[in-house]
Amino acid sequence: MDDELVLEVTGLTKRFPGVIANEDVSLTVHKGEIVALLGENGAGKSTLVKMIYGLYRPDEGEIRIKGESVRLNGPREAIRRGVGMVHQHFQLVPVFTVAENVILGDEPRKLSFIERRKAVKEVTALAAKHGMAVDPKALVRDLPVGAQQRVEILKALYRQADILIMDEPTAVLTPQETDELLKVMKGFAASGVAVIFITHKLREVLAIADKIEVLRGGKVVGTTTPSETDQGKLAQMMVGRSVLLSVDKSVASPKEIVLDVVGLSSDNDIGLPAIRNVDLRVRSGEIVGIAGVEGNGQRELVEALTGIRKSTATKFTINDENAIGASPHKIHGMHVGHVPEDREKDGLVGQYSIANNMVLNRFDEPEFSRRGIRNMDAVNSLATKLVKDFDVRTPSIKTPANSLSGGNKQKVVIARELSANPSLLVASQPTRGVDVGSIEFIHSQIISARDSGAAVLLVSAELDEVLGLSDRILVMYDGQIVAELEGANPDRAEIGRLMAGGHAVVAEDSSHG
Amino acid sequence: MRARWAWTLTVIILVGIMFSYTQDELRTTSVLSFSLRYAIPLIIAAMVGLVCERSGVINIGIEGQLLMSAFAGFFGAAATGSLIIGTLFGIGTGLIMGAVFATGAVAWKMDQIISGTIINIIATGLTSFFYAQGQVLPASTPVVAIPYLKDLPLVGPVLFNNGLFTYAAIIIVIFLQIMLFLTIWGLRTRAVGENPSAADTSGINVQRTRFINVTLAGGLAGVAGAYLSLEAAGTFERGFTAGRGFTALAIMIFGAWNPVGAFAAALFFGLTQGVASQLQADEVVDIPPQFINMLPYVLTIVLLAVVAGRVRPPAAVGKPYEKD
Repeated sequence: MDDELVLEVTGLTKRFPGVIANEDVSLTVHKGEIVALLGENGAGKSTLVKMIYGLYRPDEGEIRIKGESVRLNGPREAIRRGVGMVHQHFQLVPVFTVAENVILGDEPRKLSFIERRKAVKEVTALAAKHGMAVDPKALVRDLPVGAQQRVEILKALYRQADILIMDEPTAVLTPQETDELLKVMKGFAASGVAVIFITHKLREVLAIADKIEVLRGGKVVGTTTPSETDQGKLAQMMVGRSVLLSVDKSVASPKEIVLDVVGLSSDNDIGLPAIRNVDLRVRSGEIVGIAGVEGNGQRELVEALTGIRKSTATKFTINDENAIGASPHKIHGMHVGHVPEDREKDGLVGQYSIANNMVLNRFDEPEFSRRGIRNMDAVNSLATKLVKDFDVRTPSIKTPANSLSGGNKQKVVIARELSANPSLLVASQPTRGVDVGSIEFIHSQIISARDSGAAVLLVSAELDEVLGLSDRILVMYDGQIVAELEGANPDRAEIGRLMAGGHAVVAEDSSHG
Repeated sequence: MRARWAWTLTVIILVGIMFSYTQDELRTTSVLSFSLRYAIPLIIAAMVGLVCERSGVINIGIEGQLLMSAFAGFFGAAATGSLIIGTLFGIGTGLIMGAVFATGAVAWKMDQIISGTIINIIATGLTSFFYAQGQVLPASTPVVAIPYLKDLPLVGPVLFNNGLFTYAAIIIVIFLQIMLFLTIWGLRTRAVGENPSAADTSGINVQRTRFINVTLAGGLAGVAGAYLSLEAAGTFERGFTAGRGFTALAIMIFGAWNPVGAFAAALFFGLTQGVASQLQADEVVDIPPQFINMLPYVLTIVLLAVVAGRVRPPAAVGKPYEKD
C-alpha cells in the first residue's frame, strides 16, 4: 500500500423519491489499497459506488479522483479517469466474443475498422499478466459464470482502471472460484490498483481488506481494519444489533417420510443427462441439505421435484401421493413450498406489488377469490401481516417487488412459501445475495418451519449454510448423490473433497454402488 | 444447421436457373430481371428494419416511411421536373420520417409498435389527402449498362443492365454487411441492440446511437420509396407500397438479421414471384392473377412459420432503454 490518495469522497448525499440512499458519506482510498464496503442490502453501498462510477449524480458532496474534484456525467468520464467497475449483474453481450466484450467502447482501430487481431493479442496479454485464464475468441454465452466475471474484470483493466470497483463479485461464485478471485484481487492491489470491494460476506472482508467501511441506512457507521475487528463485531456494526452468525437449532426429531424419491433422472436445458438415478428421502421435521459445487445437477433436481422440469422416476411421492409427471401447480397443491434459486426470474413478478406477489401461487384459492373475482381485502390483509412478520422493509405493500433490495425480495418469497404451511419446503440458495441480518432471519424461519413439522430440502452453494442448517447432508456430484453424512459435526474437508468428485473414505460405496 | 439448409436451397435454385438457361435463354433472363426488380425495394426496406433492429428498435413504420418518400419523390420530381431533385425529396422525407419515428420510439421511449403504427397512419393519411391525379414524371430513370460485365452470359443482362437504384441497393447491402461486422459503429450498434446496459456502462451513448441509426435507416427507406415511384412504377397511386414494408421485415427475419442473408431472402421472394408470373403468362398454369399476386403474402406467412424460433433476434429489440 502506498500513501498516495487516489479517491476522496466527502459529504456525498443522494436522495431518491422517498428515500435517502446516501447521507453525508465520506471515504478515502489509497493506491494499492483494498477497501471493503460492508453493509446490509439497502445500506447504500451500490448507490455510493454508482456515484463514483458516474452512473448516478450526487445531490451534495464532492468526489476527488487523484486530487482533482470531478463532476461525472456518465461512466465514460469515470472510465477516462481510471475508474473501472465490475458489476454485480455482468454487463456483457452474450453473443459477442470475450475480446469483443473487453474492447467494446474503446476499440483498437484502423480508420473505422476494428483491429481484431490486435484486440485478441491485447486481451490475451492482459489476462496472462493478471493470471486469469480466458479464451479471447470464445463466445461469452458459452462461458461459466466464473469465467464471465473474469471477462468483466478484464474489461475494466483494459481501460487501464487503477481504481477498480467490484460490486459483490463473490455472490455468484463457488467457494473455489471465490478463493481464486481473492487471490487475483490481492494481485491487483500489489500492482498498485486500488480496489473497492462490496460484499456482505464477513470471511472475505477479513481475509483481504486493508480497510473496512461499514455502511448502514445510507451512512458510514464505522471504519476499521481486519486486525482490529472480528466477524461478530462487524456483523453488529452492519446490522446495528448483535447477530447470531452460527445457526442456533435444536436436535431434529424426524417423523414420517414426506418426500420419497427412487431412481429420479432428468435432463438439463440442452438435453444431456443432468441427474441420474437419484434416491432421496426427506422426513417431516428434518432438514436435508444438498452440498455440491454448482452445476452438478442441483438446479435440475430442484426443478424436477417441483414439477418444473420433466423427469422420470421409479418412485416419486409426496405424502404418499404419486407425483410422477405432475405439473408444478399440482405439486404445489400437495403442500410443497418452493424457494427458487433465481428469485428475480422464478420467484417474483417484478412489476407486481408485494401484495400480489404474496399470493402469486394462491390467488385462486377460495380465501383470495370467489367465482373469479379477487378478494383484495383478504390479499392485502395477508400481505400486511406477512410484511410485518417477515420484516420486509418496504414503504408499502403496493410497492412493486422489483424496487426492493435483494434481501427483502427474498423475504417476500420466503414469506409466501412458508405462510402456506408447506409439508415439504424445497429451498434453493435461500440466502444468495442476502445480507447478514436477513440471513439470520431466513435461517431461523426455515428452522421453525422444520420444528413445526415441515420436511425441508435445502440446496445451497454455501457450504457453511448447508453445514449450519442441515440435520443430514447429501453430497451431489455429476448428477448423482455420492455420499450421505449424518450427525452434528460433519467433516468440512471431507465434504469439500466429495464435492470435487473424490471418493468417500467412509464405507459409502457399497450402499451407492 | 440453418446455414446448411440455406446453402442447400441456394445451390438447388442456382442449378435450376442454369438448367433453365440452357433450355431458354430469353425467358430465363427476363424472369430473373423481373425477380431482381421485384426484390430491390424489399432489399432496401429490409436494410431499414435491420439497422433499426440491430440497434434494438422494432420499426414497423417502414411501410409508412416508404409510402411518404415514394410520394415525395414522385411529386417532387413531377413538380420540379428533375429526377435528381425528386430522389433527394424522397431521401429527405425518409430521413424526416426516420427522425419522427426515432423521437417517439427512442427519445420519448414510447412503445415502439405504437410509434411505428403512428408513422403508418400519418403516411396513409397525408399521401391520400395530398394526392393529385394527372401528374407525370419528366423522364424515366436511365438504365446504366456496365461495360464488359453486361456482355457476360446470364448475369450480364440480369445484373449489369439496370437502373441506378438497383446498383445502389447492392452497394448498400455490401456496405452494411461490412459496417455491421467489421467496424466500430457495427460493434457498438450490435451491443446496443443486444445489451444496452452493457453498452452504457462501456461508455456508449445508447440513446444517441439508437436515434442516429433509426434516423439514418429512415433515409434508406427514402431510397426504397424513391425507387418505387421513380424507377419501378414511374407513377404514384394511393397506398401503392402494398405492404412491402411488412414483407421487408419478414425478409429481414428470414435473412437472420444479416444484410447478405436478407438480400438472398429477398431474391428468393422475387424469384418465386417471377416464376409464378411467367408460368401464368405462358398459360402453363391457369389460375386467376389474384392468386399470383397473393404469393408474396402467403410466402411471408409460410416462411415466418418455418423460420420462427430458428433465428434469434437481437436480445434487446423492442425495449426502450431505461437506466436501472
